[in-house]
Amino acid sequence: MIQFSWERFWAYFQKETKQIVRDPSTFLIAFVLPLLMIFIFGYGVSLDAKEVPLGILLEDTAPTSRSLINAFLGTPYFETRTGYDRTALLEDLTAGRLRGIITIPLDFSKNILRGTPAPLQILLDGSEPNTARFVLNYATGVVSNWNVQQILERTSSYIMPISPEPRVWFNPDLNSREVLLPGSIATIMSLIGTLLTALVVAREWERGTMEAMMSTPIRIQEMFLAKLLPYFLLGLGSMTLCVSLSIFLFGVPFRGSFFVLLFATSLFLLGSLGLGLLISSATRNQFVASQISIMTGFLPSFILSGFLFEITSMPWPIQALTYIFPPRYFVTLIQSSFLSETPKELLLPNLGALAIIAAVFLIFAAMKTVKRLD
Amino acid sequence: MIAFFQPYSLIWTRINALIIKEILAVWRDKKSRLMLIAPPLIQLIILSHAATLDVYNISLGIYNEDQGWYSHEMIQRIKGSPYFKNVYEFRNPKDVVRAINTQQVIVSLQFQSNFSRLIAAGETAQLQMTLDGRKSNASQIVTGYLNTIIQDFNRDILTYQGVRLPEPLDIEYRSFFNPNIEYILFTVPSLVAILSMMLAQMVTALSVSRERENGTFDQLLVSPLQPWQILIGKMIPAMIISIGESTLLMVVGLFLFEIPFEGSLLLLYSSMIVFLLAMVGVGLFISAISHTQQQSILGSFVFMTPTMLLSGYATPIENMPHWLQPFTNLLPIKHFFIIIKGIFLKNIPAYEVWVHTWPMALIAIFTLSLAGWMFKRRLE
Amino acid sequence: MVGHPQTAIQVKNLTKTFPGMEKPALEDINATLRPGIITGLVGPDAAGKTTLIRLMAGLLLPTTGHIKMLGFDTHMDASSIHDITGYMPQKFGLYEDLTVFENLELYAKLHGIKGDKKKDVFEKMFHFTSLKPFVDRLAGNLSGGMKQKLGLACALLSEPKVLLLDEPSVGVDPLSRRELWQMVQDLIHQGITVVWSTSYLDEADQCEEVLLLNEGKLLFYGPPQELTRRVQHHVFQMDVPPEKRRLVLSHLLSRPGIIDGVIQGNKIRLVCSPTFPQSSKDPAWHSIKPRFEDAFVDILGGGPGGTSVLADHIPHKKTSGMSSIQANHLTKKFGDFTAADNISFSIKRGEIFGLLGPNGAGKSTIFKMLCGLLQPTHGKALVSGLDLKTATSEARSHIGYMAQKFSLYGDLSVKENLNFFSGVYGLFGQSRQEKINQMISIFDLNPYLNSNAGLLPLGFKQRLALACAVMHEPDVLFLDEPTSGVDPITRREFWNHINGMVEKGITIMVTTHFMEEAEYCDRIALIYGGKNIATGTPDELKESVRSKTTPNPTLEDAFIKLIEHSDVYKKERGGE
Repeated sequence: MIQFSWERFWAYFQKETKQIVRDPSTFLIAFVLPLLMIFIFGYGVSLDAKEVPLGILLEDTAPTSRSLINAFLGTPYFETRTGYDRTALLEDLTAGRLRGIITIPLDFSKNILRGTPAPLQILLDGSEPNTARFVLNYATGVVSNWNVQQILERTSSYIMPISPEPRVWFNPDLNSREVLLPGSIATIMSLIGTLLTALVVAREWERGTMEAMMSTPIRIQEMFLAKLLPYFLLGLGSMTLCVSLSIFLFGVPFRGSFFVLLFATSLFLLGSLGLGLLISSATRNQFVASQISIMTGFLPSFILSGFLFEITSMPWPIQALTYIFPPRYFVTLIQSSFLSETPKELLLPNLGALAIIAAVFLIFAAMKTVKRLD
Repeated sequence: MIAFFQPYSLIWTRINALIIKEILAVWRDKKSRLMLIAPPLIQLIILSHAATLDVYNISLGIYNEDQGWYSHEMIQRIKGSPYFKNVYEFRNPKDVVRAINTQQVIVSLQFQSNFSRLIAAGETAQLQMTLDGRKSNASQIVTGYLNTIIQDFNRDILTYQGVRLPEPLDIEYRSFFNPNIEYILFTVPSLVAILSMMLAQMVTALSVSRERENGTFDQLLVSPLQPWQILIGKMIPAMIISIGESTLLMVVGLFLFEIPFEGSLLLLYSSMIVFLLAMVGVGLFISAISHTQQQSILGSFVFMTPTMLLSGYATPIENMPHWLQPFTNLLPIKHFFIIIKGIFLKNIPAYEVWVHTWPMALIAIFTLSLAGWMFKRRLE
Repeated sequence: MVGHPQTAIQVKNLTKTFPGMEKPALEDINATLRPGIITGLVGPDAAGKTTLIRLMAGLLLPTTGHIKMLGFDTHMDASSIHDITGYMPQKFGLYEDLTVFENLELYAKLHGIKGDKKKDVFEKMFHFTSLKPFVDRLAGNLSGGMKQKLGLACALLSEPKVLLLDEPSVGVDPLSRRELWQMVQDLIHQGITVVWSTSYLDEADQCEEVLLLNEGKLLFYGPPQELTRRVQHHVFQMDVPPEKRRLVLSHLLSRPGIIDGVIQGNKIRLVCSPTFPQSSKDPAWHSIKPRFEDAFVDILGGGPGGTSVLADHIPHKKTSGMSSIQANHLTKKFGDFTAADNISFSIKRGEIFGLLGPNGAGKSTIFKMLCGLLQPTHGKALVSGLDLKTATSEARSHIGYMAQKFSLYGDLSVKENLNFFSGVYGLFGQSRQEKINQMISIFDLNPYLNSNAGLLPLGFKQRLALACAVMHEPDVLFLDEPTSGVDPITRREFWNHINGMVEKGITIMVTTHFMEEAEYCDRIALIYGGKNIATGTPDELKESVRSKTTPNPTLEDAFIKLIEHSDVYKKERGGE
């Protein structure tokens, strides 16, 4: 067995660290981009719809219809605008200035008072399916509630048989920021772990420094570890920045254990680093390495992780795909770590999966890293 | 006559040579040709199906202490709903807690032992719903689904109990442009825009820094090409490549995913040219300030990620705070999203296209002049 | 297992084939390299020199056969080999974002050198390389020669038993080259075995033994004198009038029996075949001592002849008295640093003007200002009376430019490169097609038309680069170290074309580190510390340093002496 030398390891490690510190683009990707993303998720992007522009086409002006409009005006979810001209409202819908139109037909109040079916039409802009669904669900809800109110006002003779009592755990206000902020950390980690490492190693090949290193006594294990560790620490540093900002600036609660967070992040970073090293030693070309890193590192962490888009809603082949990539497990762990104490049953399988994937990537990367040119 | 035209044809010959060279540089090499075609297609196929905020296949837990008919009927109705896939029944409240904690289920319903008795007695029975707030979006939507089921059931129970209810409101909906509110109709046109944007930007961002690294840039600078001619020679190929790319993606979208196309191709392509010009400007700017390919790649990333997040693709712009919304107007892709979806699905009139094209044109003029200025500055 | 003490490196039945290549890169090589000497590794481009060195370093595995380095097999004991060898690759891998000291320290630590020993070794290296004043400078900001020295220092740190150097002196000025050679000489006295691959054959001449490769085969192995002996008594020198030297050379080279000929200032050096009839020898020829290069060209089948088809196709340019290139008080400052200080000269039409100087002396800065790539801080650079920085594209279409490194589009084919450059220079229609076809036939590019330019053999790259630079028939041609790292035969072919074009009235501006090449110049400006310290013909420069100790100075002697004389030497020796 070849002797592992800590001195050689340390020398290479120091070199790598100095290069990280000196390259402005490393700094850009490890600290500037994370800051941007944290601020965007913290202040900007949200899944919680509010003040969606909604039009009400009022063909019937009786008090009953007025009271329905008031119901819409009273909710924070819609910014309601009443109109009498169908064509004008439809034009606004087409142009995207309105996301839905509630049509109150001519004989609406008459039907209500008479107790005959009162048709009510909701027109939606289907080109924005998220908003269309939202408008449909909430408008239906507003109308139903209003209807119940109407009934109760007129006939107080009965009560509702079932009354739903929702309780939301971990995030009572269902504030999407508290979920998106932790989730975005996965994306940042995979950028540092995969894209940055892949580029840096590919550059060593392109510039010929790799050839010189290979002819020195440094052992492959030493080089491998010394290459991993600085980016690992950089990743942890960037993670600490993101977590602190989320907690102290944006007030996302942290209820889990920091130890679990650290452990999960470490495993995830190791997997990403392994992937990055694997890509770069397989391609040895910066452009191709960056393209493959985006495909296998960045996009899965964004799309296939469950942080924005619900995995269970995807078609099964894509769901199957999410199991191969580590972000799925990591996002689950990190979101739980913030909002809840992560139970063992959730912890162990996800950590286990992360560990296995990390091991596979690292082993492949180590096998691919040979001290030879051909 | 000939003497008059010659200078123009001379300039054209020069720029033309540069354009052909640029296209060959990306197209000739098998590896980079593959990188041009395969990743966008794979991304289109995966992303168009994966990127949905809709919630299906919901797993739900039930802890039922009630032996009566009402809870049983309620559970049947949930099982019959298309949204719920797995319904687990638990015997122990601890199991419920565990199931939510471990994300086995996203919501659980607890029927108390007197549930059916209360309803039968004409009183109100409480139905406890416990939701996993770690999935804020899904929880919200699931609550909506459950409320609808409960309200329908309420109405039916009241009818059974002989209460004469006024007729329900007959709510019907019509979704314009996308009758079944399918996500894919939204994602495919959006992805055409995103993927061709990424390509236009990457190709230009790399084109100058690669020449710098290879030392061929000096060769261009000593040639009779003027800096503005070099810029045009870099712009046009990126335009051709990215327009070709979006055409390919659109063809796949129209024929493989059967996305409808209602509007005018002419309007689409003319606005696309303006959009891509703006992005090429950004790419050239990044290229002008980068020393190495690595810096170009990472620089593009730092620009692209926030752009994607704020573009309205991942989450609607209306959800953003008011102060932030005007800033999204600075992103060309925000405008182009409106145009491309409008033309694909809505057949929006030329006037509406124009309303969103001129801001892009302004941005294009700005980014291109900025790139040109930066470019010239670095030559000195 | 320990090798025989008289054997340092044993190469046995070595063949290396790369996948996808028809011919092996190396075929059946056998050699036993002795310890404690410098073995030169020479051969034309694509002979397999780099492959052999990489095989020795254990970075490639032999397809068949084996290599033993001090008894260790490169296949079985690669890590032991890495412990005892120092290797300096051609594209030396210095970390440009680390300082000189940090680079050295990295290598020291990787080789397990520490404590007092490290101190000693570092002192020695600093002394060796005179890099001491620059320890805190980033390696990326060093000049080419200093980078090369630092690279060598990194390879030497571990006091290896075997030192493998792949073209360590390419792009290094004569002064640094001499120092580099001296450094390695000192090592030999300590018993180190050195393999030195080079395309500078004067270096090979000084090696104890030489391995000569051609197309993957071993052509010769032994002391260089043994090879040189084959041209003994067949090498001559003659005086020629300076204005006629190119014509005379061209004329001589086309005579049968003349194997090789080069210009050396106002003399011509000739190698004749043994069968060359005694009677046709001119009495003005005097026999001189042959050198390795003469034999090298001879064993590879002689030089490329003396005529340039290219020049034949170029119409005569008007040779009016007006100067073609003019530098008026050119000054360039980068911050506080003055890279070029008040440089003035003027170059006549049809003249070859050489810009010489140590690495980092400012000659690239001057060169770039002349061809419009850099804006002077003060002063003016005029080409055909026009300032290129502000001139129209019309003016720039009258110049041709060939960059230092191969800088055509490597991922485009030969044909596509020709198309591109002809288009950029405004050729079109029928004339464009004719010109391209002409270039293809002149430079014999037909077999490679559809190959990627980046994959061509170096000689063909050179031809293509020249073709692209002259297609539009420029009046002035800028050449930046045009033949650096190129083998002597390709270099001769290149200069044939240049000589021919000059005779047609084209002006040439050339920078070079290669004194052989400088001999072709009509006039030379020696740049040092940003200043022009001497201008004159090659013979005038040589004459200026003639002394008792050097009665017969070479151009290299002149170069070194003139720089030593320059008073700025002690203070400002350093890079940009």
